[in-house]
Amino acid sequence: MGYSFRAEHSAPAERARHWGNELEETYRMLMYIGRRLSLALITCVAISVLTFVIIRLPPGDFVDAYIANLASTGSSVTAEQAQAMRQEYGLDRPVYIQYLLWITRIVQGDFGVSMMWRRPVTEVIGDRLWLTMVVSFAALFLTWTIALPIGIYSAVRQYSVGDYVATTLGFIGLAVPNFLLALILMYFGFRYLGLSVGGLFSAEYAQAAWSLAKVWDLTKHVPLPAAVLALAGSAHQIRIMRANLLDELRKPYVITARAKGIPERRVILKYPVRAALNPFASSIAYVFPYLVSGSIIVSLVLGLPTVGPLLLQALVAQDMFLAGTIVLLLGIMTVVGTLISDLLLMWIEPRLRLTGRS
Amino acid sequence: MSGSLTDDSLASAGQLRLTWLRFKRHKLAFVSLFIVILFYLVAIFADFLAINDPHAVDARRGYLPPQAVHFFDSDGFNPHVSGMKGQRDMKTFKQVYVPDPNKKLSVTLFARGYEYELFGLISTDRHLIGLAKPELLDGIYLLGTDALGRDLFSRVMVATRISLSIGLASVSLSLVLGILLGGISGLYGGLVDLFIQRVIEIIRSIPTIPLWMGLAAALPNTWSVIQVYFAITLIISLIGWTELARVVRGRFLALREEDFVIAAELVGASQFRIMLRHMLPSFTSHVIAAVSLALPAMIISETSLSFLGLGLRPPAISWGILLQDAQNVQVLAGAPWLLLAAVPVIVVILAFNFLGDGLRDAADPYG
Amino acid sequence: MADTMVETTRPIVSVRDLAVEFRQHTGIVRALEAVSLDLHPGRVLGVVGESGCGKSVTARAMLRILDRNGSITAGRVTLDPGTAAEQDLTALEPEGAQIRSVRGGRIGLIFQEPMAALSMQYTVGNQLMEAIRVHRDPGKAKARERAISLLNEVGIPRPETRIDAYPFQLSGGLRQRVGIALALAAEPDVLIADEPTTALDVTTQAQILALLRRLQRDKQIALMLITHDMGVIAQMADDVAVMYLGRIVEFAPVRELFKHPQHPYTRALLRSVPNLDATPRQRLATIGGAVPQPGSRPVGCPFHPRCPEAIPGRCDTMVPAPVPPGAAGASCFLVEDAAA
Repeated sequence: MGYSFRAEHSAPAERARHWGNELEETYRMLMYIGRRLSLALITCVAISVLTFVIIRLPPGDFVDAYIANLASTGSSVTAEQAQAMRQEYGLDRPVYIQYLLWITRIVQGDFGVSMMWRRPVTEVIGDRLWLTMVVSFAALFLTWTIALPIGIYSAVRQYSVGDYVATTLGFIGLAVPNFLLALILMYFGFRYLGLSVGGLFSAEYAQAAWSLAKVWDLTKHVPLPAAVLALAGSAHQIRIMRANLLDELRKPYVITARAKGIPERRVILKYPVRAALNPFASSIAYVFPYLVSGSIIVSLVLGLPTVGPLLLQALVAQDMFLAGTIVLLLGIMTVVGTLISDLLLMWIEPRLRLTGRS
Repeated sequence: MSGSLTDDSLASAGQLRLTWLRFKRHKLAFVSLFIVILFYLVAIFADFLAINDPHAVDARRGYLPPQAVHFFDSDGFNPHVSGMKGQRDMKTFKQVYVPDPNKKLSVTLFARGYEYELFGLISTDRHLIGLAKPELLDGIYLLGTDALGRDLFSRVMVATRISLSIGLASVSLSLVLGILLGGISGLYGGLVDLFIQRVIEIIRSIPTIPLWMGLAAALPNTWSVIQVYFAITLIISLIGWTELARVVRGRFLALREEDFVIAAELVGASQFRIMLRHMLPSFTSHVIAAVSLALPAMIISETSLSFLGLGLRPPAISWGILLQDAQNVQVLAGAPWLLLAAVPVIVVILAFNFLGDGLRDAADPYG
Repeated sequence: MADTMVETTRPIVSVRDLAVEFRQHTGIVRALEAVSLDLHPGRVLGVVGESGCGKSVTARAMLRILDRNGSITAGRVTLDPGTAAEQDLTALEPEGAQIRSVRGGRIGLIFQEPMAALSMQYTVGNQLMEAIRVHRDPGKAKARERAISLLNEVGIPRPETRIDAYPFQLSGGLRQRVGIALALAAEPDVLIADEPTTALDVTTQAQILALLRRLQRDKQIALMLITHDMGVIAQMADDVAVMYLGRIVEFAPVRELFKHPQHPYTRALLRSVPNLDATPRQRLATIGGAVPQPGSRPVGCPFHPRCPEAIPGRCDTMVPAPVPPGAAGASCFLVEDAAA
């Protein structure tokens, strides 16, 4: 708490103190935002270093790989050309210089060329990155909409049949890895409904330019993969919501609210649920990286045009610029997503907003 | 567990014993403990339980559906399976093998089969069950066969060993990292703590699968199965230690305030001694709980990586590798039994989750 | 001896033979047994006893806000007895509109822990205005005005800015004042204060008690003050009910109780209060033993295992008659014998 109002103070001193408090509050809030931003920045740097390591890991440098790749298709590169390329990428200089050169290019928006496709990496990735984010955000949204009401219900009606059903389903959701769930769904969809489950677009829109109809088509295809992704996360979040709400329901302020004569539903929703929402919201920040991760592998099973299948192809073909770029962009988008949810948490939690700590 | 019972080993035994008593009341967790033990027994006796050589390839018996063992026939108790007969598929004109109900093959216990080394030491060819008279193409295929005619049941048995042991190895490595870093963080506090906490936060906010994929894909193709196994273990545990470190740090912070630790400090015991003699025993149960909750994540990691073809590589057999065969819907439609390889994954993860939950409740009834 | 005459006005709340049970996995625990008491306008009833004796359960049972596993198994709680508006609260739907109009509207509740009794998620004003608007909604602007004047009334300086503060920005004493304002929001004529000063330091305690006393007198409120502190009872109460293990073991006007305590338990409680008249360095008396675990309540008089004067063969087999409602007395065989 740090500071508190006391009844003994004279009015002018009080007022001065009050203004001091407001300044202090703003300062603490800015400190909190600053801390979050700098952590996000450091995380991005860490991700870029890891990405660079991944790009550099395969034996031989990228020019060797490039030459080998060209040779396999019949064309060739002269020794001078190779030397020029090495110089351009700084491959003859110390590792940290190479990293700096690489990161400078990245910041300028130059992600290099995909060897496999012989096109700039950004072109190869195209819409896939956005589609990955669409699927991941849809899954995040679903996680909220599934976990919140079920978690509340389970806690308020503890030990009811519904609670047991939710708990059991939750455990199964935790235990079935999402790619397995995707496989099982695909199998049953194919076997018993004759559906080809999967993809994000119907055949006629897959190659078409963006239009309202294509967006609508996408909207129709997103829920299934999003649900597959959301299941495990929801199971986890249901347990968190249930446990926290059970704690909150026992607290005296709930009785205060009841003693006011407010209807029971409003008592529950306005007070304990609101308090249990904070740990729920802060833990859901950790769900996002998990969803992005999961989307990669689920995309492979369900054949979604996200970066997942592309990443696998690139890795198998050791097309390291493409693979590295995907890892980097996914990482950064995850950090941004997590940052947004952190700031949202600050917005909904008065204590965090006013004191910079929870 | 030898040596004389000193006062503090009694005290910590008391703590563990209390935890155990509380744990036994948790029925689901208790049952899960037995399931987990059963799985590890399967892992240890995998080759003994396997019926056919898990690597034996014969395309002619590819995609055989699961076969039932009949216990009785007209002569009374006579466990047997149907043999196979060659047939020409009228559509594809390929030679296929189908069960022949007229050909009875007796099943016996402790039958002879392929050679293996029990515990890696004793060379033997005895298996729990098998055909009384082994024949070239016939065999017992309880879960059917894959495209190459390999027996799925035997492969699942052998895969259990690799998948469970890689989980255990990764979790041990994570545990060492977690106790070390979490311990340092909780014991010294201050800037060191701040730094380690930030590192953990950073790792937790990175999407792990693309990262694993990148690291795993960079493993040279020339590496042997063993080398890849250890590399994958390392990759999984490098990312999985954070949760364990968090638990260890939390316990350290809580314990630092406990009276008996303060008392030991006042008496002048060294930091290291305090840590080893007083603090570690008292949070063993918490760590066991955290480990059993971390294990399923490790198993899922290995399964996912191998499923993608970036983890273990054939001829190694793991659950992920078995599931790789089930990736394609067309294949699944024709041979749905390949999905059965998912059952042990789901069961063991569920069991570990219940077990971990029960242990955590037992270790810390108020937390 | 006018004091021994217990209040003759008509009570505003009358509790008769109230019994409450809690289901627990170890079995059913009887928390209240045949509790009877009356609350009168303008008077303070002190309810005293060790923790776990059922004081708070009585308060919650009266408002029908027991935990989910608790239920009223017998007795009545009558509001406005003997008038046309008389209603039995135990007969109402537990979450219905009727009981809700009583909560806050007729009977206000003040809690022990000002920190935990207010939600940290909403401003003081939000929580206060909600309590005002639940019963008769004067509109948002009017409710805010009333909230400010309430805060002023309970002695919070600069209420017009404090109304927008969050509870965690206030000191413990101010928070408890907010708690009182909350209970008064809908102008109830009965107030139940459940250990309102236990969590506060001594100076703040005195201020809060003075405030409660003033408000109670000014508004002629019937106050039920629950405490374990005999000092608070001496300072505040008009009548006192002493509770032990879910029963009222003695009831008397305050001076009578302090001068001539009848039940051995009351005497023990009074002996354990520090006293300025005592010889220096004299040891403070304690009550032998502890309150029995719920569920293992003794056979016979519940106090007999700790009672120095228990009559073997009688106190451990038979239960003494409860204190008759509305009159001074003690539930004890010794007292029965002395009267006979």
